[in-house]
Amino acid sequence: MFKKFVPSTDIAGQTPVKTSVQRSIRASVLSQWKIEPETLEVIWPKKETLIHVKCREHISIYTVHGEPIAFQHFDGPVYPTLRILHKYPYILPKVQIDRGAIRFLLAGAPMMCPGLTSRGGYLPPPDAALPAGAPVAIHAEGKEHAVGIGITKLGTEEIRKVNKGVGVETATYLGDDLWAVKAL
Amino acid sequence: MARKKQHNKDKEEATPASTSAAAASASAPTEEGGEAQPTAAVVAPEEPQPPPPEPHPPVEVAYCGVCTFPLEYCEFGSSLTRCKDWLKEADSDLFDKYYSEEALQAKIGTLSLEAQTKLEKDTAKKEAKAEAKADAAHKKKMASQITIKRIERTKRKFVTSIHGLEAFSIDLKKAAKQFASRFATGASVTKNPQGQDEIVVQGDVSDEIVEMIEGGVGVLKGIPADNIELVEEKKKAGGAGAGGS
Ligand SMILES: [Zn+2]
Repeated sequence: MFKKFVPSTDIAGQTPVKTSVQRSIRASVLSQWKIEPETLEVIWPKKETLIHVKCREHISIYTVHGEPIAFQHFDGPVYPTLRILHKYPYILPKVQIDRGAIRFLLAGAPMMCPGLTSRGGYLPPPDAALPAGAPVAIHAEGKEHAVGIGITKLGTEEIRKVNKGVGVETATYLGDDLWAVKAL
Repeated sequence: MARKKQHNKDKEEATPASTSAAAASASAPTEEGGEAQPTAAVVAPEEPQPPPPEPHPPVEVAYCGVCTFPLEYCEFGSSLTRCKDWLKEADSDLFDKYYSEEALQAKIGTLSLEAQTKLEKDTAKKEAKAEAKADAAHKKKMASQITIKRIERTKRKFVTSIHGLEAFSIDLKKAAKQFASRFATGASVTKNPQGQDEIVVQGDVSDEIVEMIEGGVGVLKGIPADNIELVEEKKKAGGAGAGGS
């Protein structure tokens, strides 16, 4: 999503989000992320105005005090930014890629099923299986912090069964052009 | 209930009997250090108020001062050598955590030996490439020109345009602001007909701007004096009158 993203040309404008819309964004964040309201309050205090940074191809970045905290494609799921996820790693369910897949992810590639099902990979157990279309934190073998954020293309049980092709689409990753933006 | 708790606490202080310890841990948390508070025993027992939920404390991630990645990911960046040098200076404990012999062995994980060798080769290649790129960028930067143009608007009115500052990673908006306050005049960032950004300052301040750049005033740092070019744009003889006011 942010592979070739140039803030100076790909941002169309910034507007404060209307209170009513902010409320609905807050509600969907609270339902989509595993986050306590009081922790969200630290990231995005109710008295602070959320700024909607409109970007090309229907990408929205949301900022508080200029710091990007979340982004969204069309009216799809709201993702936290990777820096926010690093601070609160439990807010998204976790998948893990093996060490061999890290460099592909860091080049912006989607994550193939075998990289998730191999010995160095991880998928939630069957009783916590994720459906297709779930935002996930992408962790990496032997690493403490997430390397990216993605969305499941197949359900996690299906990833195990099919075990080929794309399992998780990459939304943002370490070193992409969103990572490069520390303030907008 | 309060009395009983007090009792338990006293007993615990005297002898850590297993039964009372269990009872104490099941009831509300006892005070550390166990100063007996007489008031607490007198005050009528209140319904235990659930404490207001505390926000979850954030994880503090140590980021690299060179490549901006979390330290554990420097090995996947394109500046590992510089990252390592930086960390060694900045925090030698963390350096040992990530780059000691054991750490290097442990991180290989399930990767086969040849895959690891390939990864290291790739890293070295990437690093060399990034260095060459940075080098080329630096050369290009040092060769790029700043054009300061004095443009005649009417017989006695001029504007000064400055083009090319962005090649020296100067924030054009900040520079425009600096010009505006320095000369107490209007200054703005506009696109020229070629679609490139440039700064336009009202009035003829071309000589002063050359001086400012040479002196490295404010945000105007890092530009070699040789790269400054001063030109003049005369009003076209034919097009007079039209652009009056
Ligand atoms: Zn680094």
